[in-house]
Parts: sequence; structure tokens; C-alpha cells
Amino acid sequence: MEQVAVLAARAEREAADRPVVDKRMTAEAAVALIRDGDHVAIGGTLYSRTPMALVFALLRQRRRHLSVSRPLACYEIELFLATGALDRIVTSWVGIGLPWGLAPIFRHYTERGEVCYDEWSHLAMGLRYKAGAMGVPFLPSLTMLGSDLAAALDLQTVACPYTGQQLAAVPALNPDVALIHAHRADIFGNVQVDGYRHMDVDIARAARKVIVSAERIVSPEQIAATSSQTMLPHFAVDAVVAAPYGSYPHECYGLYGADLEHFDAYVAAAKEQGPAAGLRYVQENIDAHPDFASFVAAAGTARLAALGAEARELTAQMPPTGATP
Amino acid sequence: MSGVTAEELMAITASRLLADEKVVFAGVGMPLLASGLARRLHAPRLTIVLEGGIIGLSLLPGKLPISTNEMRAAYGAQMLTEITDIFLYAQRGYFDYGFLGAAQVDMYGNINTSVIGSLDRPRVRLPGSGGANDIISLCNEVLIVTQHEPRRFVEKVDFITSPGYLSGGNSRADAGLATGRLGAVVTDLALLDFEPVTRRMRLRGLQPGVSVSQVREQTGFELLAGNEIEELRAPSAEEIAIYRELRDGPARVLAGPA
Repeated sequence: MEQVAVLAARAEREAADRPVVDKRMTAEAAVALIRDGDHVAIGGTLYSRTPMALVFALLRQRRRHLSVSRPLACYEIELFLATGALDRIVTSWVGIGLPWGLAPIFRHYTERGEVCYDEWSHLAMGLRYKAGAMGVPFLPSLTMLGSDLAAALDLQTVACPYTGQQLAAVPALNPDVALIHAHRADIFGNVQVDGYRHMDVDIARAARKVIVSAERIVSPEQIAATSSQTMLPHFAVDAVVAAPYGSYPHECYGLYGADLEHFDAYVAAAKEQGPAAGLRYVQENIDAHPDFASFVAAAGTARLAALGAEARELTAQMPPTGATP
Repeated sequence: MSGVTAEELMAITASRLLADEKVVFAGVGMPLLASGLARRLHAPRLTIVLEGGIIGLSLLPGKLPISTNEMRAAYGAQMLTEITDIFLYAQRGYFDYGFLGAAQVDMYGNINTSVIGSLDRPRVRLPGSGGANDIISLCNEVLIVTQHEPRRFVEKVDFITSPGYLSGGNSRADAGLATGRLGAVVTDLALLDFEPVTRRMRLRGLQPGVSVSQVREQTGFELLAGNEIEELRAPSAEEIAIYRELRDGPARVLAGPA
């Protein structure tokens, strides 16, 4: 387990300036904040609101010796593995999604012992980020006790000083950089999302640097007029990247569904050719495009329109039914 | 019984275990489908919760989610929140049922979804816990649904991803898991539970037409047997029809010859 350094992370935030300035930049400029060897936390979950524009920009730069953490990880993990960027995966689950079976490139590297996989429970990942976000070194929990997960991670227990109850002491995680995708942000970095928030708030507040991509850049007045939807305040955000369809081929709540056919093609190739397919995917879908918008445009307007219609159908108000109390 | 698949039999049997006006924390796939079926039959006020931050969802027939974190899972939900929040409701004791599938389960109800073989150099690296470890640790009563095969029902799992009764007796409580109990295991052959003292898996019911020896043949450890083993009710036409509609969408009206 890596040494957590909650106080060091706090000292950095304490010492940092909090300028209220235009924080917009390109995805490439933003991910230049990430150094070889950094721990990068990726927001969203599985194939929902993944900051794909930022992930692709990072993949393009071919960083080395990264640790990557996520609540549940999808095929982006396989792309980091296939390009040799990754030393360590920190999550509770890695797959593409239920219908696609086991993730073949992930299996290739883990079964050969060529990458470390720190497997935590889903709640433990949430508590690791939450402890980091709270500025405390651990959080007590009733989860993970007695399991081989706890043994493999050398997870310690702690006795309640009031009652003596034994609890798991889940250590804080303060990632070097968090990548988050949102529905809206203003130029200062006030960030809003619709729908479920995954673990994004805790991930961002735990991280030492926070990069947010947004479907739309909106005015500060619009943020203020809808402030209950604001997820992060400007002082917790370091860079803002405009990224329409910034989660594609993953979903963005209410705006577009996940492109499952894109997954089908990827998984078919990965099952057949292993890591070579992952590398070719990066070459064809990232390296060959000047930017993320070009990759999205290659999906075609009809495809994107269909994904948009699906999202609107699923998030519109449901008609009342007999089964609903 | 002809024409009913193993999956349908399991989901329908499992759905009957869920009572009305309770809260079920369901895994995606068969647990979610069985929960949705219960809501459409005997438990219309059953609240379904998914780990993706989703509370009180309504399934859209034929458009079932394949992940707990997607719009199809959130369809008709009463509340959308954060993932960690959902698990903290479980830790607080609100969730009557935790409902899981299992790649490998042992005689004490321990589940492995991490590795086949050793952790360092696994023969097969499985995806990992996801929320399963938390669900089995934190929900009030845990239900497991899985196909009955010797490779799934093993004496000892290769790796305890999600703790059942650990090594039996009081070992679960001794590890600090003071709350939660394993209620039932539902398979295509049988209904099983756990003997209260040894905490070993025990046969309680048989699916229609299945014999005790058939169940034993498909179980990779010595199964205890209850004093009374009931024969489970065969799925009704209504249960089958509603299940299929949920899974496949509204039945198409048969048109004339093409």
C-alpha cells in the first residue's frame, strides 16, 4: 500500500493561490500537469461520465509508471496497459461490462504479474477518496473485514476508543491529479452535473490537482441561477477544458448513451489479438486524430443523434404506472 | 415445466423471497431482474437500490441495464445520489436484502470474484469485488442466486472476495462483521440456507422434478440436509410471462403470415 500523505496534500492546498481567473485550456495542455509516476484518479464509473477527452489526451502523451484509480474501471484501463503507461491499478472492479465477459488485455497483464492490481471493495474506494477529501488519514468502516481482500492489502483494523468495536481503518487516498467530466462549467471552474454523481466530488476534493472537462462552458450567471446543481466550487478546480461529447463512447447522463457497438468492435479485436489490439486502438482512435473532436466526429452525426435520442427517452419523466405507489 | 430456462427458474424462485415494503440492494443481471419481477407481482412497494447511486428505480421492459451506473438503471428512480452514499445507507442498516450472483461460492457462503488460482499469478484474473464485498458485509439479509454446478459450489473458494460465514461457527462475527446474515442461496436445482450453529450450507427445497442425489452430484462439498425438504412451486404462467416481458420488452402482437 502506498504511503498516504494527507498532511502534505493539505499543506499544498493551504499554500496554493486561488486565483479567480479564466482556467480554460486545451486537453493536451491540461494533462501536461501529469508527470511520469503520478497517481491519476479517473472520475465517472465504468462507462458513465468517463472523462474520455482527458483520458485520450493523456494516452496520447505516453506517460510511464502511472498509477490509475477509479470506482469501477472500463476499457480505458486496457489502453493504459497496452501502451505501457501503467504500473498500478487501484479499484474494485475491472471489466468492459456484463455482456462482454472478462477484459482480455487486463487478464493478459494481471495473470503475468506485469501490473499491480490493488483490489479494494467499492465502498472502500469511496472511503479512501472521502478520507482524502476530508483531510483525515483514514475512515473507520464495517466493510472488508474478514475477507482475503483485507489480508492481501494488509488492511489494518482499529478499535473504537469509546466502545472497543473493531473496525476496518480504510486509508485516505490523495491522488496527484483527478480527471473529471461534467455537464457544465464556467471559465473559473464552478462545475455542475446532472444525474448521479458517482464518486466525483470526493475524488476531486481529495486530489492535489483537478482537471475538469465540460460538455458546455456556461456563464457564471447561469451557474448562480442553478446553484443547487453545482458539484464543485471554482477554488477546487485547477483547469477547465471544453469537451463536447467528452465522455464518448461512454455515456453522459441525459445527453447521450454509451456506444455499445463501439465496445463490441473493441472487445472482438482484444479477444483475438490481446494487447496488440489495444495499441492499435490507440493508434487509430487517438494518435491518428488531431484532437478529441475529430475522434468524435468520426462516429458520424447519425450515430451521435441516435445516442442522444436514447438518453432523452431514458431521462424524460416516466408516465405513471399501476406498479408505482 | 418444459420451456422454462434455468435462468428463468432461478429468477422466479428468488423473486418470491422478496417481501413487499422492503428495500433490496441488487446486483445487476439476475438479482435485478428477480427484484423487478417481485415488484410486478407480490411486492409493488419493494424499493430497488443499485450501487450506482440509484434508489427506487423502475425497470423499462426490454431495456434492462447491463451496468449499475447507466441511464437504463436510473430509469424512473426516486433519487440519484453518490455511490458511497448508497453503501453508507447499507452500513446504517436500511437495506433489508442484499442480492448477489456468484462465480464461485463455498460451503460457508463465501464468494470469490477475484482470482481462480493464486492472487500473485492467477490462472484466471476475474474483475474483482465491485460492491459485492460491501453488500454481503453490510446488508441485513443476503440472498445469492447462481447456477448449480460443481465448479461453482466448491468446498473452499480460492479467495474470499466477499465474506459469508468465513470458516463457520462464530468466525464471521469474530472478524468484526457484527451485522448481517446470509439468508438463502437459490439455484436452478434447489433452495439452500445455512445451518444456524455450524453455518454450513443446507438443502431446504428442491426445484420441481429434481432429486436430492442430483443436487449432491452438482455440489462440490458435503451438503447438510434439513429435516423437511420442500418441493418448490413450479413457475406459474403469470410469473413466466411477466419475467419474459421484463427481459425482452412487451410481447409483439402476432401479425398475420408475412
